[in-house]
Amino acid sequence: MLFGIAWDTSSGWAFAVSILPILLIGMWVTIQATVLGFFIALAVGLVWAALKAAPLKIISWPAAVVTEFLRDTPLLIQLFFLYYVLPEFGITLPAFMTGALALGLQYSAYTSEVYRAGIEAVAKGQHEAARALNLSGGRTFTHIILPQAIPRIVPAMGNYLVSIMKDVPLLSVVTVLEMLNVARIIGDRTFNYLVPLSMVGALYLIMTLVASAGVRLLDNWLPKQGIPLK
Amino acid sequence: MSDEPIIKFDKVVKRFGDLTVLNELDFEVKKGEKVSIIGPSGSGKSTVLRILMTLEDINGGVVTVGGEPLWHEKAPDGSLVPASETHLRKMRTQLGMVFQQFNLFPHMTVLRNITEAPVQVLGLTKQEAKQRGEELLELVGLADQAQKYPHQLSGGQQQRVGIARALAMRPNILLFDEPTSALDPELVGEVLNVIGKLAEEHDLTMLLVTHEMRFAREVSDRVCFFDQGRIREEGAPEDLFTDPNEERTREFLQAVLDN
Repeated sequence: MLFGIAWDTSSGWAFAVSILPILLIGMWVTIQATVLGFFIALAVGLVWAALKAAPLKIISWPAAVVTEFLRDTPLLIQLFFLYYVLPEFGITLPAFMTGALALGLQYSAYTSEVYRAGIEAVAKGQHEAARALNLSGGRTFTHIILPQAIPRIVPAMGNYLVSIMKDVPLLSVVTVLEMLNVARIIGDRTFNYLVPLSMVGALYLIMTLVASAGVRLLDNWLPKQGIPLK
Repeated sequence: MSDEPIIKFDKVVKRFGDLTVLNELDFEVKKGEKVSIIGPSGSGKSTVLRILMTLEDINGGVVTVGGEPLWHEKAPDGSLVPASETHLRKMRTQLGMVFQQFNLFPHMTVLRNITEAPVQVLGLTKQEAKQRGEELLELVGLADQAQKYPHQLSGGQQQRVGIARALAMRPNILLFDEPTSALDPELVGEVLNVIGKLAEEHDLTMLLVTHEMRFAREVSDRVCFFDQGRIREEGAPEDLFTDPNEERTREFLQAVLDN
């Protein structure tokens, strides 16, 4: 029994049907961690990209060092660090929040590069026209450059969404009850690993396929009004 | 036309790495004057416009626009120091530019292209900006295209939107950087017609870098022949085109007019 739901081990199929609701609870946690981590990655990545594009080295350089560090150290180390070391400094977050934050931070290093490439691909003439019209730097970024960069970056961001989803099982090491962790607990208690692990694989496949399809839909729906795409 | 120069280049130097593009250039334009700049590519013609539009800085000399230094500010002790962005923003309000590649904003409608800066920079209400935008589209003959996107228009139409967009900021000085060079030959005429109409009907100061010699002759008060970062020869169009003093001018005109 897990989450108050009992399983039926009388046959393989009955077992599968009885543990499905339990796995779905785990799946809901996986989805929440993915979405939260992804939004952190999108928001923080944009901040990194803006800092790295700053003309002042004293701003751009530390941002470059931090993102390089986030990219080149394993997610597991970052996760342990946030979970075990931060409390020593008086910052204690729930396991789920720690996990989502670790995912979001590591992927923010990747998304910042996607933003950078998308922004740099906007033609130089667009900056010049905005300058000639005396638009402010901020307005130029948010209303001229970013709208032309976004359609270019959606497909790459979609790939990272799927990657984040597939990294969520790592959160089990800091006790987050995401889908794989739930399946492992069921296996430990019933000595039947085949059925829950197979189901997790199948559910993962469904989730990633749905996510990819969603990204493709978004990509097709976005207005591209003559924006040259590479 | 008053005698006070609205634009003045005083021994202006511009370098790109080792290449000296403007070599102590002296150049003046009077208020309301229509000046065409011709010359071989690489002679620094476009650079003059780009410096005025503050898209390129200068390495030496002083540029004055409307009596005030463009790339410099007066320090409290009276000396000239490099201009701040605030100063450049203030100076830029006097100038508008039409680009060779149009540089319209592809994600905005034609009307929005024209109204964006007047609303954001000049503080017009959306209604005022829309009304002015529609008048300008009327002026360039595109009143019925307001809700289209740039990529739905021909090159000539896009460039006419570019002209309307620059005019919407009410500049005193309008800079045309080879406005027809990116166009198919059959579309050049419609753009030149609009520029010609502006030159005739408005007291705008106009600076036109162009390879359209016949048009330069028709529309300008003065033509400057640029060569190797300096003005080699300048004068009234009828003099310069029919009887240039310099051998180099003669060679250049022969080469372009033969085509």
